[in-house]
Amino acid sequence: MRPFRYERPATAARAVAAAGGEAHFLAGGTTMVDLMKLDVMRPERLLDITQLEDGRYDFIDWDGKSLRIGALTAMATLADDDEVRRRVPMLSDALWLAASPQIRKAARIGGNVLQRTRCAYFRDTSYAQCNKREPGSGCAALDGGVTRGHAVLGTSSACIATYPGDFAQSLIALDAVVEILGKDGPRAVRFAELHRQPHSRPDIETTLEEGDLIVAFSIPDADFPRSRYLKVRDRESYAYALASTAGALRMDGDVVADIRIALGGVATVPWRAREAEEMLKGSSISEDGLERAAEAAFAGASTTEDNAYKVDLGKRTMVRTFLELARMEG
Amino acid sequence: MAQNYDPAPEAKSNMGQPIPRYEAVQKVTGAKIYADDLPVPGRAAYGWMVTSAIAKGRITSIDYTAAKSVPGVQLILTHENRPSLADIKTFAGGGLGITDVQPLSGPEVHHDGQPVALIVADTFEAAREASFKLAISYAESSPTATFGDEGTVEKNLSEVNPRYEPIRFNDADAAITNSAHSIDVEYYTPTQHHNAIELFSTTAYWDGPRLVLHEPSQYVWGLRNASASMMEVDAENVRVKSPFVGGAFGSKAALTHRTALAAMAAKQLGRPVKLVAMRDQGFTHSGHRQETRQRVRLGCDANGKLTGYDHRQWEFTARTTPYSNGGLEKTVAMYDFKAARTDNYVVQGDRNVPTFMRSPAEVPTVYALEAAMNELAAKAGIDPVEFRKMNDTRVNPVNGVPYTSRSLNECLDAAAERFGWTGRNPEARSMRDGDWLIGWGCSIAMYPTQMMPSTARLTVRRNGTAFIEVAAHDVGTGCYTIAAQAAGERLGIDPRRIDVRMGDSRLPPGPISGGSISTASVTSAIAKACDLVDERLGVAKDASAEERSAALSGMAMPELEVVGSWVPAGMDESAIESLYKGGVRISGGAGEERTMFAFGAEMVEVRVNERTREVRVPRIVGAFAAGRIMNPRTAHSQYLGGLIWGIGSALHEATEIDHKRARYVNDNIAEYLIPVNADIEQVDIIMVPEVDEEVNILGVKGIGELANVGTPAAITDAIWHATGIRIRDLPVRIEKLL
Repeated sequence: MRPFRYERPATAARAVAAAGGEAHFLAGGTTMVDLMKLDVMRPERLLDITQLEDGRYDFIDWDGKSLRIGALTAMATLADDDEVRRRVPMLSDALWLAASPQIRKAARIGGNVLQRTRCAYFRDTSYAQCNKREPGSGCAALDGGVTRGHAVLGTSSACIATYPGDFAQSLIALDAVVEILGKDGPRAVRFAELHRQPHSRPDIETTLEEGDLIVAFSIPDADFPRSRYLKVRDRESYAYALASTAGALRMDGDVVADIRIALGGVATVPWRAREAEEMLKGSSISEDGLERAAEAAFAGASTTEDNAYKVDLGKRTMVRTFLELARMEG
Repeated sequence: MAQNYDPAPEAKSNMGQPIPRYEAVQKVTGAKIYADDLPVPGRAAYGWMVTSAIAKGRITSIDYTAAKSVPGVQLILTHENRPSLADIKTFAGGGLGITDVQPLSGPEVHHDGQPVALIVADTFEAAREASFKLAISYAESSPTATFGDEGTVEKNLSEVNPRYEPIRFNDADAAITNSAHSIDVEYYTPTQHHNAIELFSTTAYWDGPRLVLHEPSQYVWGLRNASASMMEVDAENVRVKSPFVGGAFGSKAALTHRTALAAMAAKQLGRPVKLVAMRDQGFTHSGHRQETRQRVRLGCDANGKLTGYDHRQWEFTARTTPYSNGGLEKTVAMYDFKAARTDNYVVQGDRNVPTFMRSPAEVPTVYALEAAMNELAAKAGIDPVEFRKMNDTRVNPVNGVPYTSRSLNECLDAAAERFGWTGRNPEARSMRDGDWLIGWGCSIAMYPTQMMPSTARLTVRRNGTAFIEVAAHDVGTGCYTIAAQAAGERLGIDPRRIDVRMGDSRLPPGPISGGSISTASVTSAIAKACDLVDERLGVAKDASAEERSAALSGMAMPELEVVGSWVPAGMDESAIESLYKGGVRISGGAGEERTMFAFGAEMVEVRVNERTREVRVPRIVGAFAAGRIMNPRTAHSQYLGGLIWGIGSALHEATEIDHKRARYVNDNIAEYLIPVNADIEQVDIIMVPEVDEEVNILGVKGIGELANVGTPAAITDAIWHATGIRIRDLPVRIEKLL
């Protein structure tokens, strides 16, 4: 990789003050260091935030039904948390089914949600065309590339790169809030507003501003024992989702009182299927109803020859998730 | 959970003891035993190979300025300043080269990832940084990626290989046409890459006129001679050291460009140069399993007896070097066909050259034959295990040459019993467990028994220890262990008191570690050396262990050294001369005097989710018979690894190629999928005892490439049995089952 400076700010405030331009935060490094080795990311300074203020941002706190998680919590720590597993299994599932034990131990959840795409044309700088890497250079994937893993939802003519993560699907489904420390002080944004669809600028992936540091996620209503994350992939472990669903269900007798649906592996950003939720709310769970809702969830899909299967697979994954949740004890 | 793996399989008849590996402790403690671990004199420089970013075209200019300005950069080699090198010949030309494209020989680019520059610096990091700054401009042409793309050239294999002969045995066409049941189907197998955990490394240094290479190799004598001729020095002045190899599977047999690059740079800089092709570079550096298309026509009569077999294979290969693995002369020997016809074609495009990858000829061709056997059995309404048994043969049907031994039926019976095959409902979609559809499938495994000449130096000592030296190779298979056992059994010495040295071209030459020939060849040379010890000590051949032991401890000298040499039946002593020149002469398989194969039977259960179509393999049973098993523990590992490899081959492994750019896109082991632990549940191995006194001195058949053959056909049949869907292109991925 290229030479860079390594710094370890003592506090979050100092880290934020130092960040911006070619100075990037470094937590677990599982994306950053990987992409530096590939010369895709070329930071001149890395600000190591793993030691900030004695673990101040490494916590899992329940307050009634609300859950707050520090952004420097390791994936493995949150995945293994007994109370999280019991009260909101979809959060734990999504982490358990991601990456490998080594990566889960190193990676922190703040960085996890910012994981960058696995699009081969983005990750290999020898391809001249990549609008995400070099704005305006074109898209090799759309120009005759291999697109089996690419997105079908939220795409644009500039980019169809898939958002690769799992955990973010659970956060968006749970109406999580992102707590940010910025150059102008702390603020909070809805998780659903964190990621940007590619449109004409796929290089701008989030709404974060220069220097913004994610310090925590909060979920005002996190009690969803009847929830899960179903990940369909080419092998049983250590593979990205071809299609996944983060699903949560609250029943009132036979009637759906609350339902949360987020889709992974198929979209350019963490994807909430709100229209499908609306269709299912207030009715009973049936295979037909789920299939109609899944149809609606993928109504806006745009496909290539290679990834057309993802529409069918995505629908099936969503339907299976809720058929299985419906069978669970309420 | 059931215990899946026996810690030490028992030795049944005609099997050696399951002693632990010679290097077991070294391996689990991380000892420095691999080529790249070896110390070098002085301070090494580090190379970075720059590879082409296009698959076809030419380099128009190179701007060195920025790269040279990186502190620590010592040398940048390109076609513009490359020192002289002699041309390297490929295997087809009697050499060891992977490709006819010579290293840094000109501005032309023939395939993705062709080495176009070598940057050498004081540190790896500086070389890497400079690689980002070396500005190479290309004039790009539109490349041909694969089958069906514009610009492919198809040739009958006989056009590029004059020794190739298509098989015409009776009138296959008429036999198939007149059959009660017949099928005519096409299959596809993908490009696959070896992806050994140990990367392709080379460390080179010069000591005056002498060149030393530390390079993981499947053939140190071959590499020594090929490197010497390339560098235009005497072979005696080149030494190759490769004590252990961290996985090869065929990818470390050839001479690749990196050896020349490291050797030239080391010479120019007067210091050791370490060079490693990185994981992605490995995809274009040392070949791959060729992508194939297969068409099989197969017929049987109303009773299920096979009639005609027509098999045509198309192998996708390089425009520069029309390498082929062939294989149909072997599939045609598998069953009692009454008529057969084969044709092999090569299809050329702008790709790097394929090579051998674990069972190179057998994996695609046996998959096609066995998948066709399953399809025909279903069509004829015959149980697929029964179908194979009733078509067993004792001779190669094409030439009537008998098998030296063939225990396929015994393997089928053993596997069926363990698996519980009897009573399988032949109907597809007849078994389920909740939302999961269940299916059973079977296949045979086979691999030709092959051998190469070998020598071995044996030193026996009065104190009851011994020492074996042979330039054979341990690619993870247990070759050191087995060499010690071969001598120990013969001399009556505990193999743990025998030291073994391998993987160094200063040792007496051994065979290439390919074609599963090492055990058969090396143990035969050791047996010859043991005979010489007997002769020198005046011990009768049938002496007891006690008599031998007494003769050893009574030696006048503290030690006795002999060199045994062995040539396989059908070769003359000139084969030994060829061995000393790094040649590759292999015999075996479907020969003119003997038909020699190892066999196996594999049965598998799959589960397919009815809705989302994930395929899982909860259990697989393999039964194998391969002559004398030297060590049931290491043999078990070979079979186990083979079956797991076979599962990967059926469900996971494929190198994906960009049709427009003719470049591999999943060139990393996160996206080039092989099974992980969670994919493998119950794997049962049965070793069926078999005696074969004809194949070689100890009656050994190679097993390293046996178990992975056929597995994909068993799995695709099980998937059909579960779902009713016939998948004929590998790997079977979810989208094919939706």
